[in-house]
Amino acid sequence: MAEAATVVKTARPKKQSEFVRVFKELRKNSTAMLGLCILLVEIILVILAPVIAPYDYTAMDIVAAQQGPSAAHWFGTDELGRDIFSRVLYGGRYSISMGVLAVMISTTVGMTIGAVAGYFGGKVDNILMRLLDVIQSLPAMLLSIVLSAVLGPGYFNTILALSVNGMPASARMLRAQMMKVRGNEYIEAAQSINCSKFRIIVRHMIPNSFSPNIVQATMSIAHMIVMAASLSFIGLGVQPPTPEWGAMLTGARQFIRQCPHMVIFPGLAIAVTVLAVNLMGDGLRDALDPKLKH
Amino acid sequence: MVPVIEVKGLKKYFPTPRGLLHAVDDVTLTIERGKTLGVVGESGCGKSTLGRTIIHLQESTGGQIFLEGKDITHVRGKELREARERMQIIFQDPYSSLDPRQTVDATIREPLVVSKRYKKNEIDDATAALMEYVGIDARLRMSYPHELDGGRRQRVGIARALALNPDFVVCDEPVSALDVSIQAQVLNLLKKLQQDRGLTYMFVTHDMSVVRHISDDICVMYLGQVVEKCPSRELFKNPLHPYTKALLSAIPSVDIHHPNKREILKGEITSPIDPKPGCRFAARCPFATEACHQPQKQEEVSTGHFVRCCRVHELG
Repeated sequence: MAEAATVVKTARPKKQSEFVRVFKELRKNSTAMLGLCILLVEIILVILAPVIAPYDYTAMDIVAAQQGPSAAHWFGTDELGRDIFSRVLYGGRYSISMGVLAVMISTTVGMTIGAVAGYFGGKVDNILMRLLDVIQSLPAMLLSIVLSAVLGPGYFNTILALSVNGMPASARMLRAQMMKVRGNEYIEAAQSINCSKFRIIVRHMIPNSFSPNIVQATMSIAHMIVMAASLSFIGLGVQPPTPEWGAMLTGARQFIRQCPHMVIFPGLAIAVTVLAVNLMGDGLRDALDPKLKH
Repeated sequence: MVPVIEVKGLKKYFPTPRGLLHAVDDVTLTIERGKTLGVVGESGCGKSTLGRTIIHLQESTGGQIFLEGKDITHVRGKELREARERMQIIFQDPYSSLDPRQTVDATIREPLVVSKRYKKNEIDDATAALMEYVGIDARLRMSYPHELDGGRRQRVGIARALALNPDFVVCDEPVSALDVSIQAQVLNLLKKLQQDRGLTYMFVTHDMSVVRHISDDICVMYLGQVVEKCPSRELFKNPLHPYTKALLSAIPSVDIHHPNKREILKGEITSPIDPKPGCRFAARCPFATEACHQPQKQEEVSTGHFVRCCRVHELG
């Protein structure tokens, strides 16, 4: 055995971390990189809003109300004469963070439920799925309204209300994938080498089941931003004068004929963000799958 | 010498909406150290389930399993983990038995990592040694399974099974998914491993030429029961059970002057769900009589040759 030991002393090739590997893959995908760049630029702009914004986002100037885009007001002004460019900048802070946080919470909780249901099956699965049925049987909007009304308006409560809505979809999606993966022999192999249930779920089953969830999560960021907007519209979400994109959009709705710029700019902000997130989500799904490696 | 594996009256039933499916029913067998027991039978006869039940991938419904004389039928927790380490399995399909998101290295080292007995550098060396041992090129260490061909994948599966130095390995049709040219390589590797490490195999297959090549003893299964069990040579020379005879006659002959007279079995396989108490082969057996519908006992016809057929003496 002594000489065998010296023979095998070849160094194990360094394994690059999963994160580095995924990022390298992502970099080859130009549309995904475009999405990532747009998002990064948006995030920087939003963080630097106090430095960049030419006006205070609450400052009213009734004389200059409802003006179209000009050198003084790049995106024009709203019905109270507030600078829309400044409001879009500040609004991004709320809209983007609400969308992302709501999705993060709903995906984490949903995937945990889905993983448990998908692995154990049987009674556990039945109980968890019936609980999700209760949530899903209510119209999404109604549920959010009820939750916001109970919790009260505000930033975090809105995020919470939105998360509950998104949870069942990600739970079901992961559960279905897990059930498919569970039939593979490598799960039996993992059992036979004494992997714990936790290890089997976390190391073998979730990595092989979660890519549809990534795509679904990125898609639902857009949905969450719009839902947050609807809640502010009926006075339950973020409260005025906080300039949340959706709230700006719904507030400007009645002036769409006279002053379309009031709708166009916040709408464009939502559309660009959603597009960027979706482009990145598609790329991420491909990068996460080692089988698609070229 | 205490046999490595001894199974007494093992039963595995699956509940189905239409009744109990008798996948393994009253199987008794022993396997001595360093020997290979071939298990043959048509698809669905319970041969894979038998192997999986013995190594505790599935819980048995009844009967007893002994590992080197120790009853491990109902072990739990630490004892179960210890027992599992000594019994491993090589799967049929090398495409679904490897985690597509784990590299070759991660797959082979996992049993060592999970056992928590080794330091990191020991695991690194052991993984490299295992790869060399089963004949996987070191440059493939960080490859993913989809980058390898079937034979290499199966070698990875073998290395994983051997990592913890088991005594007993269930080979569940390990070559039936491979090309014929690669089958021979993998079979030779399995034989070499057996010689080097004194492994005991249970070799599940439906391929009679493979089982003849590798087995010391063979047991023939039909619908969850062992109908005949004897040393490999004896089985091919002197088959006694009507089902075994039919099975052997299905092997194509290459001798043009003595072509096989193929016995074609008539009828469908009886349902394994709530079967009747008699011989399960009776419905298709050309020699079946009234007595065959009574419960059958396994009988030792000559030394080491067991048959489950009440008419074995008349039929000769």
